[in-house]
Amino acid sequence: MPRSLIPPEFLVARDEGRCLKCKACVRQCGFGVHTDDQGRGISIDERRCVNCQRCVVMCPVGALKVTANPSVGRENAYWPASRLREIWRQAENGGSILTGMGCDRNYPVYFDHLLLNASQVTNPSIDPLREPMEIRTFLGRKPEKVSIAGPPGAERLADPLPPVVQLEIPVMFAAMSFGSISKNVVLALAQAAKRLGIMFNTGEGGMSSVLAPYREHMIVQVASGRFGVDNAYLEAGRIIEIKIGQGAKPGIGGHLPGEKVNEEIARTRGIPAGADAISPAPHHDIYSIEDLSQLIYTLKEATDYRKPIAVKIAAVHNVAAIASGIVRAGADIVVLDGLRGGTGAAPKLIRDHIGLPVELATAVVDRRLREEGIREQVSLVASGGIRSSADLLKLICLGADAVYLGTAALLALGCHLCQKCYTGKCSWGIATQDPSLTRRVDPQWGATRLVNMLTAWGHEIKEFMGAMGINALESFRGNRLQLRAVGLPQNELDQLGVKQAGEAM
Amino acid sequence: MSERKEDYHQSYEGKIRIPSGCAVAGLINKAGKRVNGRTIGEMMAVMHERSNGLGAGYAAYGIYPEYGKAYAFHLILTDDQTRGEVERILVRNFKIIEQQEIPVRRTGRYKKAPLLWRYFCEPLRPDRESAIEDLLLTTTMRINRMAPRASVMSCGQNLGVFKGVGYPEEIAEFYRIDQYLGYSWLGHGRFPTNTPGWWGGAHPFSLGETAVVHNGELSSYGTNKSVLENFGYELSLRTDTEVMAYAIHYLRRQNLSWPLVAKVLAPPHWAELERMAGPERELVAALRRIYGGLMMNGPFSIIVAFHGGLMALNDRLKLRSLVAGASGADLYLASEEAAIRQVCPRVEEVWSLPAGEALICRAEEESACHVA
Amino acid sequence: MKVVEAKGLPYRELNREVRRLLTAGEERLLLRGINGQRYIGAGLTGAARLEIEGTAGNNLGAMMDGLTVYVDGNVQDGAGNTMSGGEIIVRGSAGDITGYAMRGGKIFIQGNAGWRVGIHMKSREQSPAVLVIGGKAGDFLGEYMAGGTIVVLGLNTPLHQEREAANPLAGNYLASGMHGGAIYIRGRIPAWQIGGQVRSALTTPDKNAELKAWIAQFATGLNLDCSAFQRETFTCLTPEGNRPYARLYDHSA
Repeated sequence: MPRSLIPPEFLVARDEGRCLKCKACVRQCGFGVHTDDQGRGISIDERRCVNCQRCVVMCPVGALKVTANPSVGRENAYWPASRLREIWRQAENGGSILTGMGCDRNYPVYFDHLLLNASQVTNPSIDPLREPMEIRTFLGRKPEKVSIAGPPGAERLADPLPPVVQLEIPVMFAAMSFGSISKNVVLALAQAAKRLGIMFNTGEGGMSSVLAPYREHMIVQVASGRFGVDNAYLEAGRIIEIKIGQGAKPGIGGHLPGEKVNEEIARTRGIPAGADAISPAPHHDIYSIEDLSQLIYTLKEATDYRKPIAVKIAAVHNVAAIASGIVRAGADIVVLDGLRGGTGAAPKLIRDHIGLPVELATAVVDRRLREEGIREQVSLVASGGIRSSADLLKLICLGADAVYLGTAALLALGCHLCQKCYTGKCSWGIATQDPSLTRRVDPQWGATRLVNMLTAWGHEIKEFMGAMGINALESFRGNRLQLRAVGLPQNELDQLGVKQAGEAM
Repeated sequence: MSERKEDYHQSYEGKIRIPSGCAVAGLINKAGKRVNGRTIGEMMAVMHERSNGLGAGYAAYGIYPEYGKAYAFHLILTDDQTRGEVERILVRNFKIIEQQEIPVRRTGRYKKAPLLWRYFCEPLRPDRESAIEDLLLTTTMRINRMAPRASVMSCGQNLGVFKGVGYPEEIAEFYRIDQYLGYSWLGHGRFPTNTPGWWGGAHPFSLGETAVVHNGELSSYGTNKSVLENFGYELSLRTDTEVMAYAIHYLRRQNLSWPLVAKVLAPPHWAELERMAGPERELVAALRRIYGGLMMNGPFSIIVAFHGGLMALNDRLKLRSLVAGASGADLYLASEEAAIRQVCPRVEEVWSLPAGEALICRAEEESACHVA
Repeated sequence: MKVVEAKGLPYRELNREVRRLLTAGEERLLLRGINGQRYIGAGLTGAARLEIEGTAGNNLGAMMDGLTVYVDGNVQDGAGNTMSGGEIIVRGSAGDITGYAMRGGKIFIQGNAGWRVGIHMKSREQSPAVLVIGGKAGDFLGEYMAGGTIVVLGLNTPLHQEREAANPLAGNYLASGMHGGAIYIRGRIPAWQIGGQVRSALTTPDKNAELKAWIAQFATGLNLDCSAFQRETFTCLTPEGNRPYARLYDHSA
C-alpha cells in the first residue's frame, strides 16, 4: 500500500534523559502512538497522535511533550492546514470526513459580545452568602391561569398542574447515548444529576439497566431510530424528549459506528452487534408538523399524561417559526441545540457549516413565542456550547429557562477536546467501549468532579444575580435589560433584542 | 401650543427608563367617608426630602359619584390635535358623555404644562361587561403607543389620577386636589435618577380599577415586561412602575384575590414554602410556577388602590420602608411615620410592614365606595 | 365482553375509558363505532384483547407491549409504531409506516399495507418483531431494517412470470439500508427493485421453517386458509453485511 502523503498533525517529543522506560505511555495511548520496541526502547508513531494529552499527563516524570506540527505545507489564510489535510484524507479514503464534539470554526461568538449588569446605588446588590438566593427552576407546561376553588381566605388549587420537573440549578446534562459514551460515563452523569438535583439524558441509545436507581433524574430520548424505546423505558423517564435534530448535525441522521456497538449496546438497542446503529435523518412518522403533534400525543397517551414531553431541534434559519409550531403541536418543553453543540460522530462539514448560534436562536425563539402570546405556556431549554455560568446566565436573560451541558460535562470528566470520539479509541475512557479504556473513568470519581464543577457554577450564578440585585431566577428569564452588547451592528442587536453598551435602561 | 410641545419633548429626553427613589403615601376611610385631598397633600409635603421635583402625583377614589358608571379617562396630551387623535381612538368603543380640561392652575413653571383632559365615557356595548377590562387595556395601549404625545393617567370608574413633573406640593396645588373628596387616596413624590422625569412617567400608574405608587426599583422589569408582552400589554411609558400596574391588572383579570396577587408579586422563598401546610403550599407553589415571571424583584414598597380598598406590600427582603397607622376608621400608609403623624397626631397604632406580607384594608361599607 | 360505544367519542376520553376498564380487570373489550380515534392501545401492557369495529385511527397500538388488538376494518397510518409486544390483527388494510421501529410483537394485515412499512424494525430476544402482510406493500418496505421479519403474501395477486418484471407485491427501494432481520416476498424480485447491499435468495415455506411458521400464525390469527402457499416461491432478502454505510465515512483518526 502506498504511503500516506499527509504529514503528522502533531509532534511527540520524548526527553530520553527523563524517560524511565516505564511504558506508561504505551499503556495509556488509545491510538497506538507509543509502542514498546522490545528492548530497543519506545518508538513513536506521530501520525496516530490526536493530541489528547493523555500520555503527557500520565507520564510520571513529565518526559513527554505533544505540540502542533508547525510545518504542514504552504498553508495560507485561504487554504488552512485543516483543509489541506482533509482533501488529502479524502483523496486517500474516499469518505466523508467524520469528527466529534462541536463546531470549532471562528464564527462570531455572541456570548463574548454580551455583558451583564450590576446594581449600584439605585438598587442594592445582594450578598448571596448570607441572603436567600433562589436558582431553582421548573420545566414543563404551565396552564394559562391558575384554577382556584374554595372561599376567600381558604382557597386551594382546583386542578392539579401539568407534570413538571424541578431543577435545583438551571442546568441539565445533555443527551449522550450509551454507545457514544461508556457506561461508566453515563453512570457518572446519572450520579451527579442525582446529587445535584438536576437531570441527565439517556440519549437515543436506550437505557442501560444500571440506570434504574437514577430514574427520578432521567430524561429518556426518543429519536428516529427508536433504539430501546419500550414501555419500561418511557415509564422510567421523568421527561420524554423527542429528538428531531442536533446542533452538531442538523438535518442528518445519527450514526453510531459498528466499532462501538458491542454485545451490551446491541442488546440495549435491539440491533446486531457490530452493526452501525443508524438513526434515520427524519422520524419516518413525522413528515409534517401535525405528525409531530401525533407523536407528542402518542407519547402522552402511552404514559397517561404523566410526563412532560420535550422536543429537541437543531437551531436552523427558520427556528422561530419551527419552535412556535412545536409549542402549538403540544410540546411542553422546547430544546434548541445551537451550532456549537457537540456530537460523538458527525460529518465535519455538516457540523461546521449548518446551523445557528444558540444565543441568536434563543433570542429569536423567545421573542417569537412572546409575540404569539405562548411563551409562558412552555419551557425553553438552550443547548450547544455553553462554557461557563456566564454563558448560562446570558442565555437565561435571552429567554431560556435552563440549559443543557454536554461538552463542558465531558471536559469535567477529563476530555481534552481532541474531537476523535467517533473512533472509539478515547484515551480518556469517555467516548469508547473498550473495557481497558472505559475503566479509566470511575463513576463515583466522575460524579464528584461534575458535582464540583456545577457547585462552583451554582455559586457563580448566585454571585451574578446578587450583583444585579435579583434573588430569584424567575426574575432573570427573558430579562434582556440586564444585558448590553459590545461590538455588534444594529441588526444583530435587533435580533438579540439587546441594547448597545452605554445605553441606559 | 407649539411652544408647549417643544418643552414637552425636552423633558422627555429620549426613550429612557428611569430608575427612581421616592416617597409613597396612601389613606383610606373604612367607613367610606370621603376626605379632602388636602390630607394626602400634607402627608406628601412632610416627605419632601425623598423627592427631587421631577415627578409627583395622586390617585383619588370616590371623586366622581355624579358620573355613575362612566369611565373617567384622564389624559396627558401635547395639544388639541393630539386630543383629536385620542378622541378617535376612544369613540371606537366608547360613547363620550362629557369632556373637559382638568381644572389646573397654570402659574409659574406650569404655564407650559401639557394639555390635561378628561373624558367620561360609557362603553358602546354595555352588555359586554365582562370584556370591559380588555377594552380598557386595548384602548389604553393604543393611546400610550402615541407617547410622549399622549398617555393615559387613569381610566377607571369614579376615580382619577393627577400627576406631573414637580414636587408633590406643587402638583397638589397645580391640580387643586383640595377640590376633590375621595374615600381613598394615593400620593407619590419621585426621585428619578440621572435624568429629568416627564409627565407620563410620574406615579401613580393606573389601569382599570387599580392604581399603584411605588418606591424602589424593579430589577425584574425586563422579565416582567417580556411576560406581559405575551398578553397584549405594551410598555411604553419608560418607568419600571408601569410594569407593576400592568402585572396587577393582569393578575386581577386572572381572578386572583388580592392576597394571592401579593403572593405572586412577592412570593415566599422555596424554603418557606416547604414549611407551609399542604393545600396552601400547593396553591402558593402553583402560583409561583405559573406566574413566576411576574414576581417583582429588587427593592420595592408599593401601595395599590382599588375600588373599596388599599393593599400595601414590601419586597420579600424588605429593602424599603413602609409604615402603617390606624385611627378609628382611618388607615394611613407612608414611607415615613412622620407623614402619618402630620395628619393624624393622635394615631392609635403605628407599625412597620414586614417583608413580603401584604396589608389589605377594605372599606367596611364597600358598597358606599363602590360604583354599584 | 364489555362493549364501549365509541361513536363520536374524542380519543382522549375513549382511551381513558379503555385504560380504566383494563385496570379494573376487564379481559375483553369491544370498541364499537370507531372512526379515526387515534392512539388506541398506545403504551398499554397486559394480556387483554381489544376488538375494534370501524376504521382505527393513527398510531394504533403504538408503544404497546402486550394486548391483542383485533380490527374488523381498516387501520390508518402508523399501526404498531414502536411497539414492543402483543399482536395487532387487521381484517382490512393498513396505512403508511405500519410497524415503524417495532422491536417485538406481531402485526398481521389481511389486506394491503401502505408506504414505508416496517422501517427500522428490530428484534428482541423474547419476542422478535414480525409483520405479515396478506396483500401488498408500497415503496421503502423494510428500510433501515435492523431485525425481525416481514412477510408479504399477495393473497389475491397473480404474479408475472418474466424475470425482470416488477414484483407487484412490493414497491421500489425495497430493504434499502437493511442491516438486520429478513424480508420474505412471494415471487421473484428483480435487482432494480431492491436497495443496495442486500442479499437475495429464493426459498419456499416448505423449506423454510421460519417462513412457514409465520404464515401459519397469520392464517390462524385471521382464520384464513394459506395452505396453498406452502410450495410457492418466495424471495428472501437479508443484509449483505451489517455495516451498509461503512465506507461512506472516513473513520480514521
